Amino acid sequence: MFIQLVVSGIAIGAIYALVAIGFTLLWQASRTVNFAQGDFLTVSAVLMFILVCLGVPFIWALLITVVIAAVLLGFVVKKGIIQPLIDRSYTTIIVATIALSFLASNSVATFWSAQCRAFPQIFGMTPYRFGSIALSRQNVWTIIIAIGLILAINLFIQRTKPGKAMQAVAQNREAAKVLGINISRVTTMVFVMNAVIVVFAAMLIAPVFMVRFDMGAQLGLKAFYSAAIGGFNQIRGALLGGFLVGVIETFSSAYLSTEYREAFVLVVLIAVILIRKEGLLGTEER
Amino acid sequence: MANLTKKKRPVTRILHWTIFLAVIGCVPVIFGGNAYHMYVATLIGIYIITSMGLNLTLGYTGQISLGHAAFMGLGAYTVALMTLNGYSFWLALPLGVLITFVAGLVLGLPSLRVKHHYLALVTLGFGTVIYLLFSNEYEITGGFSGLPGIPRPSFFGLDLSSDIAFYFLVAAFLVLLTGIALWILNSRWGRAFKAIRENDMRAEMVGVSLLTYKLLAFAIGAAYAGIAGGLLAPLMKFVDPTSFPVHESFWFLIMLIIGGSGRFEGPFVGAIVVMLLPQFLRGTQQLYFVIFAAITLLLLIFWPGGLTGLLDVFFRRVLRRNPPQLTK
Repeated sequence: MFIQLVVSGIAIGAIYALVAIGFTLLWQASRTVNFAQGDFLTVSAVLMFILVCLGVPFIWALLITVVIAAVLLGFVVKKGIIQPLIDRSYTTIIVATIALSFLASNSVATFWSAQCRAFPQIFGMTPYRFGSIALSRQNVWTIIIAIGLILAINLFIQRTKPGKAMQAVAQNREAAKVLGINISRVTTMVFVMNAVIVVFAAMLIAPVFMVRFDMGAQLGLKAFYSAAIGGFNQIRGALLGGFLVGVIETFSSAYLSTEYREAFVLVVLIAVILIRKEGLLGTEER
Repeated sequence: MANLTKKKRPVTRILHWTIFLAVIGCVPVIFGGNAYHMYVATLIGIYIITSMGLNLTLGYTGQISLGHAAFMGLGAYTVALMTLNGYSFWLALPLGVLITFVAGLVLGLPSLRVKHHYLALVTLGFGTVIYLLFSNEYEITGGFSGLPGIPRPSFFGLDLSSDIAFYFLVAAFLVLLTGIALWILNSRWGRAFKAIRENDMRAEMVGVSLLTYKLLAFAIGAAYAGIAGGLLAPLMKFVDPTSFPVHESFWFLIMLIIGGSGRFEGPFVGAIVVMLLPQFLRGTQQLYFVIFAAITLLLLIFWPGGLTGLLDVFFRRVLRRNPPQLTK
């Protein structure tokens, strides 16, 4: 029981971590707190679901969704909404992403369906058995794929030129500009990257949650908590935060109370803010 | 900001108040015969109060609150539980206001120490927890079955239970709270609020205590929502958690932006437009969410002054033939 709980906590935590990494990337590149992150996830899951229902093989459905999401949730959102607002206050951008979240989830409900649909079990149903321990395929594959993606993101940021440009912009916008980095282009790239990350998170979460217009709301919030607990301006912060939130949530709902599992995470968050306001691994921001 | 220091002439102010009171007085004359119309009119009054509170917090001080539905819920449940147990409405409402004010302080204190987005995060979490409390504490809140049979108050023997009488009670609160908001905004506090919104570092440099005034603005905004909730419970004669979900707070935000955030008339215009439009166009609720969210985004990008700002320019252009002066 204990090991199963740890594994499922880590699996859900890995998804939170993925979404939270997207979150921190957006924050670092453009000071955008994306309240629509969860709804990006919903939109991706719905797109994938529609494609699968049309008979497209899963891997193609995934690729097509990645392309559509990169254009729509990455490029269009950045150019159409964030770009015009980027010089206004943080609050304006927050309000804009909240409106975007409302727009996305309710568009799905109005123009697609307000019902919930079961997503195909892409990883299969029979659990893996190790002696007396049975682990669900879904959880095992989620952890493997999520960790693979996180490593890939890390490699991209640390080893490639565009990745290094991202780091530069995150550390010091002015200096990056002086050094000839096109900040707007880097920001757009980060938005596209975030959209792609979100599509993979949607693929991992959709078989567990149902596909529904509000499936992303809680997830986006959890990713937000994760980022804040771990540290808003650090990828490893988001990673730690995501796993922590996943494990805390799984254990508190198993041993303490299912109704209030959201509340436990919040208590941890407030404690972290009070003790170390920049998050567990975060650094002071100017 | 052109209207930061602008003081209205007394004549204009009297004119505005006359129009305001006349509109409030005319509603029952025109719609008094229809119980549903009166209900909608009363509801609009209550939503104006909430958005006015949000305007103090967001519009004038530049802090975000995603917990306004929860504050409203706290006010509503306080009044519901107390009046159902035989206490007077006039005791319950002040208590509800006190509770929301204190809740505002308690929430604001940790989050305002850090950055703007933490307040959004913490208020959002608060909204979630309050919603969970309302739905799960059956013994007290009745869970999803809610609390039925909330009595409407009377005022010194004057029975306020009819729809029209209750409308006037809400209208009286609206007028009172409008006056208080105006008074706050023209006082030392109001100037401090606006100074913080424009540039908090500069405000701090000239001696405005950031934490104190941010907390005050946030808690007053919460208390306004508490009053609105306290009026909502006897209006519906029923409370349940589904009236105060988290996305209801988003709805208030949208209402305020559409009306014009940081403008005094904003909450009035916003609440009226957002509440009335669905009455004329029939369709699903979600469709309105889509429409209003899209309008909000367009206004944010192209016209941050909201509808009030648009009307302003319209009047200047059409009536006075002056070139429009946008806020700098």
